[in-house]
Amino acid sequence: MSTTRTGYIRPLDFKHGRVDMSHGSGGRAMAQLIEELFLAAFDNAWLAAQNDSACLALPAGRMVMATDSHVVSPLFFPGGDIGCLSVHGTVNDVAMAGARPLYLSASFILEEGFPLQELKRIVDSMAGAARAAGVPIVTGDTKVVERGKGDGVFITTTGIGVVPEGVNISGDRARPGDRILVSGMLGDHGVAVMAQRENLGFATSIQSDTAALHGLVAAMIEVAPDIHVLRDPTRGGLATTLNEIARQSGAGMMIEEAKLPVREEVAAACELLGLDPLYVANEGKLVCICAAEDADRLLQVMRAHPLGGHAALIGSVHADPHHFVQMKTGFGGTRIVDWLTGEQLPRIC
Amino acid sequence: MKYIDEFRDGGVASGLAGAISRLADPARGYNIMEFCGGHTHAIARYGIADLLPPNIRLVHGPGCPVCVLPIGRIDSAIGLALDLQRGAVAQRPSVILATYADCLRVPAAAGLSLQKAKARGADVRMIYSSSDALKLAQENPQRQVVFFAIGFETTTPPTAVAILEAQRLGLSNFSVFCNHVLTPPAIAAILDAPAASGAVQLDGFIGPAHVSTVIGSRPYEPFADRYRKPVVIAGFEPLDVMQAILMLVRQLNQGRAEVENEFTRAVTREGNLKAQALVAEVFELRERFEWRGLGVLPHSALRIKPSYAAFDAERRFGIAYKSVPDHKACECGAILRGVKRPQECKVFGSVCTPENPIGSCMVSAEGACAAHYTYGRFKDLAA
Amino acid sequence: MCLAIPVRVVELLVGDAALVDVGGVRKQISLALVEDIAVGDYVILHVGYALQKLDAEEAEKTLALFAEMGADAINAGEHPSA
Repeated sequence: MSTTRTGYIRPLDFKHGRVDMSHGSGGRAMAQLIEELFLAAFDNAWLAAQNDSACLALPAGRMVMATDSHVVSPLFFPGGDIGCLSVHGTVNDVAMAGARPLYLSASFILEEGFPLQELKRIVDSMAGAARAAGVPIVTGDTKVVERGKGDGVFITTTGIGVVPEGVNISGDRARPGDRILVSGMLGDHGVAVMAQRENLGFATSIQSDTAALHGLVAAMIEVAPDIHVLRDPTRGGLATTLNEIARQSGAGMMIEEAKLPVREEVAAACELLGLDPLYVANEGKLVCICAAEDADRLLQVMRAHPLGGHAALIGSVHADPHHFVQMKTGFGGTRIVDWLTGEQLPRIC
Repeated sequence: MKYIDEFRDGGVASGLAGAISRLADPARGYNIMEFCGGHTHAIARYGIADLLPPNIRLVHGPGCPVCVLPIGRIDSAIGLALDLQRGAVAQRPSVILATYADCLRVPAAAGLSLQKAKARGADVRMIYSSSDALKLAQENPQRQVVFFAIGFETTTPPTAVAILEAQRLGLSNFSVFCNHVLTPPAIAAILDAPAASGAVQLDGFIGPAHVSTVIGSRPYEPFADRYRKPVVIAGFEPLDVMQAILMLVRQLNQGRAEVENEFTRAVTREGNLKAQALVAEVFELRERFEWRGLGVLPHSALRIKPSYAAFDAERRFGIAYKSVPDHKACECGAILRGVKRPQECKVFGSVCTPENPIGSCMVSAEGACAAHYTYGRFKDLAA
Repeated sequence: MCLAIPVRVVELLVGDAALVDVGGVRKQISLALVEDIAVGDYVILHVGYALQKLDAEEAEKTLALFAEMGADAINAGEHPSA
């Protein structure tokens, strides 16, 4: 006669276990992974219902939807990990439309052999970020690919939110005379990630700035509902974001190098690698383009917010048929800040 | 950052700009070649040309080792990384090609580059230092690690150290594909070139910063003596460059042709003798070497000495060099010699852009074309 | 010519290795190409190797020269349109 307890299912081994193909096959193993890991961490009524979808009540207003895939390597870096990054990234994209983020979905592509310990760490981090942001993860998906066909884990998050009346934030609304503001120090995230990568081998105390910006955005909209443009300068850095907006709006920009907030360590790391901080990714900053008369008020409210302490006015928009982003260098000359070409790579020359 | 920020001070720049303006004789022009890719980049990035009077013209020279590397050599590197990767030759383990990031996007034959070869399955790894290549060899004993070594005299000593260390460690899976080139022969080639129609007559040179820390100021003396052209060695920062321009203008006004050193904090007449000795231990001169844009130059490049043959990738893999001509419309040659400006190349900015470079001047961030495209082309349009 | 940067030596390590600092960022490099380097010295760093010791006295002289040139220009009443 069997001596095992009835109904006993051996719990997932988070210490030594690894993802295997059965976790993606739709069977018991997958159900167990979802229940013991994802449901336990994200812990809300929608997920507890165990449907393939979530039914959501939405307040009145225009709905905003945004999606982001996260393939960052390394998965863990000073100040964050792919988990909280994926929550912040999508929350921010929704917030950049001026919308209040309401719900998130999360889908995972896991590589066979990925340690469950690391996966749990990532999922717990996501849960923490979602809770802190007040935005629940209400539905999701899991797939497993064979060893060698993934980079450990890829995460895609989608978010929805609602935009209040009177708010029309869009990349094509930059007008001559507008002011350009940034919410803080540039380049922290990119340098933190690069410092982690083996070959480049340097030590810094720089942390990724990954953060959810919807609280800051809400405070800004309250004092200036007619903000023209908001965008977070992620991949490709501030330079890429400004060029995108310049093209969308059909205008030119002039920024001042001396006004750009950059930490000394970040500047030094960029010098070491031959990189330009203007092109280095940020994950907890925003660019705001507003009418001149709103600039002072916005700066004040940004600086009063924990995520905007180093906010600065860095330049202005003007008419330019070529849509160039130009910069007055600290040295006295002027140059253009062009689109990023390929990937920014460290150089020897 | 100490010794960096002070040399970028905008206030001091105004003062120097004023001094240059006052010194420059409005009745003549000053055509100054800056030889070093780092200087090309600094001039473009800080907008130094904006601060100079219009009769001083800065001409970009061939001091960018990526720009002067001929297509055929990149093809050889790509061939190494691809063919063996496919295990085409029996019993040879597949190659890991270690390269500085600067080389990754240089366009070679058949529309390939090292980066594109990587996308096709070649194991190409970006490294920051020759010691990283050594580490790769130690960590992958069953693979062949080939270090794609490029650079002028600044970058050659680190390669020498790596080879000596490989020997000390008894590494049998590490070799170097040597493409190190020399500065003085390139300057001589510029000065020896017959005057092309429409080309500017060069008055003087801004000497390279870090090459000179290694070789010293002495190797430039023949250019001053024989060719009667002043050379001022300039540090890497924008104020250094401006000061060097000031010193050149002064020499030209006074009819002098001497080698002067602005970069006294790092350059002496003799240079770094220890580094020079290490290089002499491992390398010897090639009789001839093809340079993109300058043609074949005698005694202008280095190869690994027979005593270190075990670490010579050209010997180990039997690499045969095939000269590949530039794209027909490519004016990199003329631009590298300072005979044409980027704007004067028919494909500049249209077919040839940093995204889709046709020639090397557009690939390297310090190539004259890339620098102009990235930092200066708005001035062409405004004109 | 190539990308090189002045860094401060903060610790001498085993063999030719040293720990350097620039702007608060630390990196391990090789001193195989230079001699007589002490903690506190500045060296020019290129592709992971120190190429030369930076002469602090010469650096100050050079900066003073810049300032002098600039002051002369201002005294002579020349101001460039920057």
